[in-house]
Amino acid sequence: MSWSAETLDRATALISKYPDKRSAIMPLLYLAMKEDGYLTDEGMVRVAELTGVTPAQVQAVATFYVMYKREPQGRYLISVCTSISCFLMGADEVLEAIEQAAGVPAGESDGELAVEHAECIGACGGAPACLVNYELIEGITPEQGVELVAWLRNGNPDMINTDELQTLFGGRTSFDWAIREDNGAIGPYPAFPPLGTAADNGSALEPGRAS
Amino acid sequence: MTRVVTGFMEQHPADSHLYETYVAAGGYDAARMALSKTRDELVEIVKESGLIGRGGALFSTGMKWSFLAPARPAYLVVNGDESEPGTFKDRQLLERDPHQLIEGVIIAAVANEVHEAFIYIRGEYPKPARRVQQAVEDAYRHGLLGKGIMGSGYDLDVTVHLGAGAYICGEETALLNSLEGKRGEPRLKPPYFPAAKGLYMLPTIVNNVETIANLPHIIDKGADWYRSISQSADTGTFLASVSGHVKKPGNYEIVHGITWRELIFDIAGGIRDDNQLKAWIPGGASAPWFVPELHLDDPITKDDCAAAGSMLGSGAVIVMDHTTNVVAAAERLVRFFAEESCGQCTPCREGTTWLDMILQRMLSGAGRSVDLELLHDVSDGISVGLAWPPKQTTICPLGPSAVSAVKSLLEHFREEAEAHVAAARQVPVSIGEGAA
Repeated sequence: MSWSAETLDRATALISKYPDKRSAIMPLLYLAMKEDGYLTDEGMVRVAELTGVTPAQVQAVATFYVMYKREPQGRYLISVCTSISCFLMGADEVLEAIEQAAGVPAGESDGELAVEHAECIGACGGAPACLVNYELIEGITPEQGVELVAWLRNGNPDMINTDELQTLFGGRTSFDWAIREDNGAIGPYPAFPPLGTAADNGSALEPGRAS
Repeated sequence: MTRVVTGFMEQHPADSHLYETYVAAGGYDAARMALSKTRDELVEIVKESGLIGRGGALFSTGMKWSFLAPARPAYLVVNGDESEPGTFKDRQLLERDPHQLIEGVIIAAVANEVHEAFIYIRGEYPKPARRVQQAVEDAYRHGLLGKGIMGSGYDLDVTVHLGAGAYICGEETALLNSLEGKRGEPRLKPPYFPAAKGLYMLPTIVNNVETIANLPHIIDKGADWYRSISQSADTGTFLASVSGHVKKPGNYEIVHGITWRELIFDIAGGIRDDNQLKAWIPGGASAPWFVPELHLDDPITKDDCAAAGSMLGSGAVIVMDHTTNVVAAAERLVRFFAEESCGQCTPCREGTTWLDMILQRMLSGAGRSVDLELLHDVSDGISVGLAWPPKQTTICPLGPSAVSAVKSLLEHFREEAEAHVAAARQVPVSIGEGAA
């Protein structure tokens, strides 16, 4: 399937930001994921055409980075950090609880929800921590992990907002979250406005500190 | 306690990310001052200040700048790929005070006669990236970036680039490959020193987020002021990310020269449940561990850490209490490096995986009597003699970093490691047993 005109415009704008168009491969791979839900072979071919390299060169890049998912993830990707600081604070129990509640072992997806372990996500002061579509929850317990899975399954939210997640399922944070975040993720890839992957639900939350 | 990079965000907890708040507090005045100075003057001020790179290498920023080759165009790359386990300081700086970073970028760009800068932020940090992107757009809107910034004749473009999940991209030459749209594999130094052959083989300065964040304050208040903050040879302040079994984990901006006891027990509130302190990692997952019997009253400085056989690194302090299974902790650290090895160099690619398999075997109750020797032997193959600073058999320091946890385990907790082997329930097994 070919890309929408809007996505192609965005690709052109991204390419123009770099002295060499090859540098746009990484942002374009995210565009390809947004277009198809995950990184398809066709998506990689399209990125190759747009950046003037071979599909094999694009594939070499795509396979190096863990956030380029070459299998369908579903709507939600839960990444539980199991690196040292989170491990010390009980991350393995959080991952196990989420795997069991979801019925999805780490590294797999049931078409709606994917679960994985992540290497250090930079939330060590709020350990244990996890990401939902790369939006952060700090200080999560195994019980809250179970609630998170139910909330995703039953509520089927269109947008994943980090403040909302933290309020509902989080605890201790690495530092004060005083500034409210309006943007959120719309799929299993990072929510970043230049990529067209961020949604804004503005006033859904009260201002002030989350958690 | 003196605050440099976290002072503004402390004073404005709800709106420190906004352009208006930053400018009302005198923001961008230092960038304006920088535009009226020459490259030599700016490099000299930063050299004089004693500022050292906060990404972990702790090398003089002014010296690094002075090495920049004369060819142009040249580039400035801000390393916001913060991925060293235990480190979460740059996330706070990016999220809470993005204009401080942009002002630092302007200063570093002017000092190095660079007209194009990239801010590389790890893919798992979309919220910090959104904040920085918004700040960059606001800076363009107010004429702080773009053509003829602040009414000067100086052009400067800044692009925020998102990573995609690879620890190794924090290594500066790997980051440059990544920014070129390639696999994030480190380059060989020499010949590929970024200052001479960096982004697109052109002269490039790569500086960490916290390093850049210090610049507005140094230009504003001067090198002498920055030097006067600390009584030790390491000038200024640094952000310590304290995590693990302490009562109050968090980022603390501290002055070099206080002791580990002060940081862990006074500032971070001591050990959870008033447990005993067993060990801590002083500078991120790559650093050899410290233990209370030997190191608790050592001053926290670059030189003191080095003399004690470890490093201050990225400032990540990971604290373990007496309930910690240190074999499991070592395995978790080694597993990280095994997963994140880029695979270019055999000692790292193979060695880290073998170390992890041996540690997993010990944990699963299937350890062998030779396992401690084997751990030492494989470690020696990655980093000859387990010396400090490590001898390198690889292109970058990732491999030797993986050895730190194993070395610490064997040095400080040998009996505990031996107990794991002695308690082995099943022998023999194939050496790959229990591997992930």
